[in-house]
This record gives sequence, C-alpha cells and structure tokens, in this order.
Amino acid sequence: MLLIPCPHCGERPEIEFTYGGEAHLVRPADPSTLDDAAWADYLYMRTNTKGVHAERWRHARGCGRFFNALRDTTTDQFLGSYRIGEPKPALSMGEPR
Amino acid sequence: MSRWRTASGGRIDRTRALAFRFDGVRYEGLAGDTLASALLANGVHLVGRSFKYHRPRGIVTAGAEEPSALVAVRRDGARETPNLRATQVELYEGLDALSQNRWPSLARDVGRINDWLSPLFPAGFYYKTFMWPKSAWKSVYEPVIRRAAGLGVAPTEPDPDRYAQCYAHCDVLVVGAGPAGLAAALAAADQGARVMICDEQSEFGGSLLADRHATIDGASAAAWVARAVADLAAHPRVVCLTRTTAFGYFPHNLIGLAERLTDHLDAPAPQAARERLWQVRARSVVLATGAVERPLVFPGNDRPGVMLAGAARTYLNRYGVRVGDRVVLVTATDAGYQAAIDLRDAGVAVVGIADLRPTVSGELPAAARAAGIEVTESATVLGTSGNRRVAGITIARTTSAGTGGDRRTLACDAVLMSGGFTPSVHLFSQSRGKLRWSDDHQAFLPDRSAERERSAGACRGATDLAAAIADGLEAGAESAPTRTAAARRITARSPRSADRGYLGAVPLASDASQKSFVDWQHDVTIKDLAIATREGFRSIEHVKRFTTMGMATDQGKTSNLNALAIVARAIDAPIPSVGLTTFRMPYTPTTFGAFAGPSRGDLFDPVRRTPIHAWAAAAGAVFEDVGMWKRARYFPERGEDMHAAVARECRAVRSACGLFDASTLGKIEVVGPGAAEFLERLYVNSWANLGVGRCRYGILCREDGFIYDDGVIARLAADRFHVTTTTGGAPRVLAMMEDYRQTEWPDLEVWLTSTTEQWAVIAVQGPDAREVLRGCVEGIDLDAAALPHMSVAAARICGIEGLVMRVSFSGELGYELNVPADHGLGVWKAVHAAGAAHGITCYGTETMHVLRAEKGYIIVGQDTDGTVTPDDAGLSWAVGRKKPDFVGRRSLQRQSMQAPDRKQLVGLRPRDGRTLLDEGAQVAERPDQRPPMRLVGHVTSSYQSAVLGVPIALAMVAGGRARLGQTLYIPMPGGDVEVEVVSPVFYDPKGERINA
Amino acid sequence: MPESAVRDVPELPSAAWLGPLPPATRLAFQGGSAARAAAARIFPLPDAQDVCRARRDGDRAGLWLGPDECLLIAPATTGAASLLGELRAAIGTNAHSLVDVSHRQVGLEVRGPLAERILNGACALDLSLDRFPVGMCTRTAFAKAEIVLWRTEAQHFQVEVWRSFAPYVAALLQEIARDYVG
Ligand SMILES: [Zn+2]
Repeated sequence: MLLIPCPHCGERPEIEFTYGGEAHLVRPADPSTLDDAAWADYLYMRTNTKGVHAERWRHARGCGRFFNALRDTTTDQFLGSYRIGEPKPALSMGEPR
Repeated sequence: MSRWRTASGGRIDRTRALAFRFDGVRYEGLAGDTLASALLANGVHLVGRSFKYHRPRGIVTAGAEEPSALVAVRRDGARETPNLRATQVELYEGLDALSQNRWPSLARDVGRINDWLSPLFPAGFYYKTFMWPKSAWKSVYEPVIRRAAGLGVAPTEPDPDRYAQCYAHCDVLVVGAGPAGLAAALAAADQGARVMICDEQSEFGGSLLADRHATIDGASAAAWVARAVADLAAHPRVVCLTRTTAFGYFPHNLIGLAERLTDHLDAPAPQAARERLWQVRARSVVLATGAVERPLVFPGNDRPGVMLAGAARTYLNRYGVRVGDRVVLVTATDAGYQAAIDLRDAGVAVVGIADLRPTVSGELPAAARAAGIEVTESATVLGTSGNRRVAGITIARTTSAGTGGDRRTLACDAVLMSGGFTPSVHLFSQSRGKLRWSDDHQAFLPDRSAERERSAGACRGATDLAAAIADGLEAGAESAPTRTAAARRITARSPRSADRGYLGAVPLASDASQKSFVDWQHDVTIKDLAIATREGFRSIEHVKRFTTMGMATDQGKTSNLNALAIVARAIDAPIPSVGLTTFRMPYTPTTFGAFAGPSRGDLFDPVRRTPIHAWAAAAGAVFEDVGMWKRARYFPERGEDMHAAVARECRAVRSACGLFDASTLGKIEVVGPGAAEFLERLYVNSWANLGVGRCRYGILCREDGFIYDDGVIARLAADRFHVTTTTGGAPRVLAMMEDYRQTEWPDLEVWLTSTTEQWAVIAVQGPDAREVLRGCVEGIDLDAAALPHMSVAAARICGIEGLVMRVSFSGELGYELNVPADHGLGVWKAVHAAGAAHGITCYGTETMHVLRAEKGYIIVGQDTDGTVTPDDAGLSWAVGRKKPDFVGRRSLQRQSMQAPDRKQLVGLRPRDGRTLLDEGAQVAERPDQRPPMRLVGHVTSSYQSAVLGVPIALAMVAGGRARLGQTLYIPMPGGDVEVEVVSPVFYDPKGERINA
Repeated sequence: MPESAVRDVPELPSAAWLGPLPPATRLAFQGGSAARAAAARIFPLPDAQDVCRARRDGDRAGLWLGPDECLLIAPATTGAASLLGELRAAIGTNAHSLVDVSHRQVGLEVRGPLAERILNGACALDLSLDRFPVGMCTRTAFAKAEIVLWRTEAQHFQVEVWRSFAPYVAALLQEIARDYVG
C-alpha cells in the first residue's frame, strides 16, 4: 500500500485514494471542432510513461480533492504532488530516493 | 529421560513433560521443545517422505529454512495445518502431528518406487512426458500428477478459527531479534524513537539462544539477552512481538507481520484469535534477519541424520538434545567446528571431521584438534549409507589428480554439514533493494536500498558477534528520527571463525551413483541441474522453472546459492552473471486466514439495508443482492412461488395500487449558481429550460458516447437539483461528476452532496395511487393539473416534511415519496395502512422489472452494456439537439455511432405466445443454423407479462427498429424459438395511464 | 404524534467503550472563502487552512473535510430547517451549498484507553496522540466503509458513518475489540 502525498492533507495510505490516469489532458474547449483522429487521440491515447509520470489522483476517502502527482512508475516513489490548476513542477527535485 | 536428552542446560523446562503423538505414536518432550527437538530427543530422525522420489527424509535445520521436515499438525477435523516445518512447531501437551507424502506408512511407503524409477522422472519431466497422447491427459496423467503433487492435505471443512488484523506505525521497525536486532532496537529506543521489534521465534535472542561461549557486556549470551529483552519491555515506546514473522515488504515501508497467537497452546481459549496480521508503516526499517547455514551437496546427503552443524548445535545447546551418539562433521567453515566441540563436550563421539578446505587453521579447528578429533583436510564425500537413518559416510581426500585418495568409511548415526552462511536478504530484495555479489563472503549482500531501510548484522555479512552487535547499534541509532542521547556501547566476544564456506557440489559428487541433493523439498539433484544446462538454459530463472528448484514452500532458502554455483560452473560463467531468482513474499507460508482477517461471513462486505428492511423481512419478503444492498425481490403470500407472487404483484399495480421501497436509488444534490449549467454540460439533456418543480429523465454518457447512468432529475430551486441515479451507479456517478467539477470546470460555482441515505423513498404506483395518498399528503394539490407527471413538490407526508415526486417507473400513475430516512419506516407503515382499503400491495424488484419492461424502460447495465448510445436505446428524444456540447457528444457524432446497422433496442414476442426467452440468448435471422452462426443480437430482458398474459422480451438487435414485424429466431436449449420484432413498449403505448 | 414522527434509527450495539450518539442535526456545507467566513460568524467553522481540524463552540461543531467542505453538527433540538435558515441568512448571496444530511449518517463514539487500538484494527491512519491530536478530524476508510473520524478527547473518538454502513462498522469494531476487551 503506497503512501500518497495529498497536497492538502499530507501523506495518506493508498486505500483512501482513487487513481485518475494521466494528468494534464485538458478536455478541448469545443470538441466539435476536432476531427475524429484528434478526438480519438484525446480520448484514448496515453503516454504510458516508464519513469516519472504526471498523474491524477483523488483523495476520495479524505478531502475529496483531485490533484496531480509525479510518480516514478519504475519505483513507485512519489516526487511530489500539486493542486489542480497548478503547473507541472520542473523535474529538479532530484533523484527519487 | 530419553538417552538423547542432556542432563542439564538448554532453554527447555525439564520439570514440564509434554506428551505428544507423531503418526499416532506417543512420545514425550519438554516445555520449550519444538516438534523437531522433541522427536530428536526420542531418537526419531525419519519424519517424512520426499516430494518426487518418496525418499526417507529427516530434520536438516533448526529453523524457518527447513526444507525437509514438513508435517501436518492436527487439532480436529477442521484444524489440520499441512506443510508446517517441524523445526518451528512449538510443542504443547497433546500435540498431534502427522508425516506427509507417504502411503501406507512412513516406514513402508510404496511411492518409494519412484526413486527406483527415477530415470523416468528427470528435470523437466512435467513438460515432456505427459504431452502425448492428448486423450490420456484428462483420464490418466492429470489425476496421477494431482495425487502425487503437493505435500500436505488441506482440510475440507471451513476454518473455525478467528483471525485478527491491525495497522500500526512506528519510527523504527526492527525485523529479527538476534544480536544485531536487539542492539538496533536498544539503540533506537535510547534515542526516544517509537520502536517495534519482531522475531519469528518463541523468544528473542536468535543465534544467542544456542551460544554457550559468547560473552556480552561481561555476561553470558543468555543473560545479556534476558537483560536486553527486559530493557525493551520496560520501554513505553517499544513494542516487542515474538512468534511474529515479517513475511512481506511492501512499498513505502509497509511491512506485513504475521503474529501467531495460539498455535503453541495446548488449549487455546475458545474464540481467541489464532493469528494477527499486522500492517506496520515504519518511518525506517532495520533488517536484522541473520543468515542461514548452507548444506553441502554430496552424494547421499539427504539421509535422515544428515543435518546442518549449526542445527545440531542448536538442538544441543538450546533444547538439550544430542542428535546422535557418533557424529561426523563435513565442513567448509570454522563455525562447524564449534558444533563438533560442543557435542563432544556433551559426551557425543565425534568420529571425524572432513574439511573441504586444503589447509585449516584458526581458533576453533585448533580447539578440535586439541580435543583429539581427527581432521581430514582437502576432504570430499563419496557417499553415505543407511536405510532410514544414516549409518556411515565414505570420505576421501581430493588429490591433484582429481581422484579420491585415502578413502574411508566412518560409521556414524549423524552427519553434520557446514557449507557456509547465506545472508537472509529476502525482505531486502522484496523492498526492491539491489544486491551485490561479494567474493569475500561468497554471498549476495544488500547494496543499494530502495526504501528508508538498512540491513544490520549477519544478513549483510557481519557474522562475527562483535561486528554484528556494533552494526546493529549503528543501524538503530541512525534510524531514529532524532539523535539526542549518547550512543550505547556493547562489548562482545566470541570465538573467531572464518566462514567463507563452499558453494556447489563437493568434488567428485557427479561421479557418484548416489544422488546429491540441492533442493531437498523439490527433490532437485545436481543431475537435474546438469540436464537443465545441457538443454541450453542459462538464466537461473529458467533453470529454476525447468527443474522446479527453489519453487517449493521454502523458496530455496538452503538451496538457491548452491544451485547457482553449480549452474555457473557448468556453463563456465561467474555467479553474478547467472543471476539470482526473485524473492517474493511471503518469507514463510502465511495462512489465508491471516489475510482474510475478520472479513468473512457477515463481515465480508458491508450489508446495506434500507430503513424499511426490517418491515419487509417481517412481511416475508425474499431479498436479492444489488451491489451491497439487500432489496426485497418479491413478497410471497401463502405458499406462492416467485412466479405467482410476481404475477399477483404486477396485477395489483396495474389494477389498483402497489407500494415499493426505492430507497436504494442513488441521490445527489447539485447546488449552486452554476448547477443548471453543470448538468447542461454533463447530461445529454437540456436543463436550463427545466422549470422549478419539474422533473426530467436524464441520461449520462461517458466521453466515449456510451450510456453510463440514467435517472430522474428534479429541479427543487433555480440553483438546486435533486439528481437520482441507478442503485449501483451512485458512487461512480458522483465520482465522475466531481472529476468534471474539479478538474474541467472549476469556473462553475456548484457543489455536490450525496443524499442517497438522507432520504427513504417510497414508491406508490397504480391507478389508485392518488386516492391512497389523499389521506397521507398535506400541503399540496395532488390533482393532475396541479401535480402532473414529472413534477415535484415539498409536502407534509404523514406528518413529515418531505418531497413528493410524481414519477413512474411502472407506467402507471405514480408517486415517489421522499422522507428523511429515520421516518421512512413510519411513513411506509402509514401509507400501507392508508392503502388497505384500496388493496395496496407491496411489491419487490422483480415486479418492478416486469412493469418497466412492459413499458420498454431500460435498466442501465442490463439492457445496456457500455457500448450502447442513447440512440441505440431508443432514447434520442432525450438528447438536447441544440446543445453545443455535452459529455459524449463528440463521440456520438462519429459516423459509426450513427450507422443504421448498430444494435438497437426492440421488443420481442414469441410467436407461440408462451415460450419465455432466456436472458442473454442470441438472436439469429435464420433457423436451424449450425455454428458458426450469423447472429444479429441478444436478449437483454425477458419476463412473463401478467397484464398481457404472454412472455415479452427486450433485445438489442442490429438495425432493430427497421425490422419491426420481422421474424427472428432465438436459439435455446430446446430448439429455435420463433419471435416477432415489435416495439419495446408493450403496454399503454400512448402513455395515457401515466398521465392520469 | 403520528407513528411516522418517531425517529427510527439504526439499531447499534453499545458497550463501555462503544456507543451510538443521539440523533443530531447535520449539514453538509460547501463553498468558497466568502461564504465560509460569513457562516463562521454564527457557527464554529474551521478556516480553509485548518486542515483536518474541527472547531467547537458549546454543542455545535464544524469539521474540516476538504478545502471547501465542512460538516456541521448541532444538537437535534436545533432542527435542520431552522439551522439552515440561520446560516442562509448569514451567508446571504455568497455562493455556497448547504444540504441537510442529518439522516444520512449516524454518530458512534469509541472511547477509553483501548479506543486507539480498536480503531486501528481497520483504520490505516496513525492514531497516536501526537499524530492525530485532539480536535483532528478526517474522512478515511474503516475496512470497507467510509467514515469521518474525529478525536474529540484524548480517549474519545466520534465516528460518523452513513446509516446503512453503521451496522457493519459497529459489528467490525466489536469483532476487533474481542481481542482487546475482556
Ligand atoms: Zn486530502
């Protein structure tokens, strides 16, 4: 069970969270202007990162907030988390321990 | 007292004799014994038969790594635990243990024939022998293999024991309470840390419990352990756990501990938990897991009586048991000599010492020589003799020519082996720490940690006592969150020993006719490993799977490194390049009970009941599970079956009035200035134009355009909507709403609150519903003009403030009364009483399903399956055409989503007017087809319609709406059923009844 | 009084260390800082940055559940309608949501020297006094149920749980306690 850093509540056990997939995928303002390929890309295509991945979590059994976190998918170490709307932090946070 | 029990010493209680049985024979042991030590004290060495060849097997070790002495312990029919290591089973009065893998008896086992037939069972035999003929697999091979496979037999009765679980947190978790672990715990506690220390044994001390020679802080090892344990126990921030195995290392320093609470007791308190599973979150972890001694791989090394030198020493010093009268030591370490010396001091004849090393010097060998024990250097073993117990060993000297010189056979009744020490790095590896090969230690040692963890003591190569303790002190102090107190110092002294050891098969072993075992538990010999390399396997992971080496319940604790060395030598590669197999949890087998904990029976899952549940149960309702909810399915009267009850309930609703508990419906209050816009963006329907006091049927799609949920939404105020969802969909709809609210549209001032359980919902449905409610509802006009279909009003309902929604899932005039949950039962009873004059009838979910199917109303998840669009379901009328966007709209615009041959919802009527279709049955265009058939759809709902007197069904059929009137065929077990495609609305297509 | 006016609460066990709390008025408040500040004038509400903390004033308490979410608890004698009225008057036109959840959930009290250990039988949080001090509250998981856990005193915890999950939570607490309480 991971320890996940909620930007509001601090580190909490994984059972309080739900996973929300890749972060920073913004729903197009007017989807009708997208062609099928572009829409399919938004809907289905993900980076499937090996390494540091920006992803969404929700502290569902906690403060209820969605937030973004940087997790190394090869080690499960979190490098940090930030609130929705905040920019993805630059990766100067050093090596995951 | 048995003649193998010493006169004094050890940690057993000589005043407390315990009677026990092994294979039905009565023996006596002492309090403090393990089953293994008690058996050895009785001269019993033959304790089991091996897995593949059914060879007689004895006790090899004195601990968790035991690969051989597996037994079942039986308390009663339901409490028989197989595959326990006799070396870990604590003796209690009346203990009843059974050997395994033998028939008809341990001494005369017919499976032994496998040993004579062993050329037929080489490595990989699973993969090769049983491939052909195919037909023999089910009838011959599989049953035979299944009977032969596995060791113990699991009981068939449910486990009657209780299992507890808990979470715990600490600053420092110390795993292992040997010298390094105790030192670490003391040092961390000195710094004020919250410490937990656990050990799998019945008492703390580890190797010190069997050490007669060491002195620590001027005291004997035993005295120092007692003092350390007392210090820790007195510490308010230290938790000490004995009989507790750290079986798994999970991410972010979560460690799984299995604490055995009652297995060592002769009469556990009834209902006392048998085990407790701890999930410990530690800020830092100190692994002080020690090292296990390695066997030597020589011909005939699996005979009962052949055991590890350290084990023999433990049996002697800790349990007061001599493992034989005449012993031979085969060793590649100095530590082995300590066992020989201790045994000799206890009156055992040490017939000789065969040391594989070319020259032997050092404190312990010198002491052995001084005691007159003959030491053979550059020795090897050519074989052993003896039937059910070793009776002799043939040793020789390896010469430069590679032949065995000075060949001699020594008569003995026990052979001790000491091949070196393998650090227990299992937990370290589970934590994803990186190991490195150490030539100095001839072992893999912890290198880079992945977690906040460090190893201390023998598990990272510090086998010398003083070094181990110093390492533990440093690890403990370093792991504490703060360092304020002065560092503790402990001085220790024990005989120096050089223990690099020996890896792989002894010289000349491969020439011998006797088998040389590497993996006792899975019967893997050096020959099997040779076959694997001949077959071309190079990676140890592949060799492991081909030979099954290390795949038994001991996970190869004693065998992996020897196997690795043998393979490396065979393919002429350095050991690190051959690799190391992955260590997986659990470290030792852990019961399913511990994992399940209290989550069984009534506590397996929450059972959710509505406020009206108890009344329905008293009324004889039959319930069904809908998610975690119990819902009344039907209310049988006087011997009715479900069919009769449902037909009666259906007729009552269609002709008079029915009463239905709809409390489980999901409810979400959507509130705020942005509420209407929020729903506008989310649901396919239009909401801005919904008047206050009005309701609308809403459809929620996912972004892929497929129906996700549906329900009636009532507008209670300009900025307040009461959204209902399906019973099962409530949590996921709320989660999806929160996702869009928080992450896509934070511009909207809108908030969501689950009110599912705030309201009890009582549906009153049927032509008499209004008349029934006239006496119950105050403050509003129930007439159709004032409260038409799809409207909502606040009212006093049987004296309680609530909401009356005029909605119908039955197609009849209907109301849903929402009252605060604590009043649900009272209002239900009051409405039931008020309806008596109208013959009000309680109905359940089954009738609800029939009534809605007669009206062609879908159930999301039954008639839809995640690939159904609103149009497919015949609901395109609900989609807001003028809306520029809503969730799913873009996907619905794709051409394929509008294709005319998509599966569409239709009704089906059997032409014969009586055959009830199977739900899930396929739909075909032509009768009498043979597979592969062309299928055009499937039946989603099927019921006997009471009001129509015929069976009806809903189906998803390709291009279905263009097929009205067509005949299709439903293949069923009894043959094809001819059906007519009809509108899904079977009853009152004009909706006159609902608007009454 | 008609039968329907009697509050029919879920039947829950009680013991020296466990007891159901009497019915209360509960409101789910959500809204921005302006609405929160306005409401705080008449009701004890934690500030947005008082993460996982409750504020109490007499028999009224506001529990921080999220950055824009609070659970308001008052005695049942203050009806939901009247409390809603008070708060709406105070909040005025500031955007917010107030929803009556008095019947949605029930309160349980777990008390005594073993309270921490019993709760840790199914709650994964560190409940030691320095990590979960008096006044701390949070939504969390209790085995398969969601709860709000609030430490009202060193050895008193209030557990708020949806009514249909309450029997499960109470029964699981009792099962856990069997190994600690004689
Ligand atoms: Zn949070």
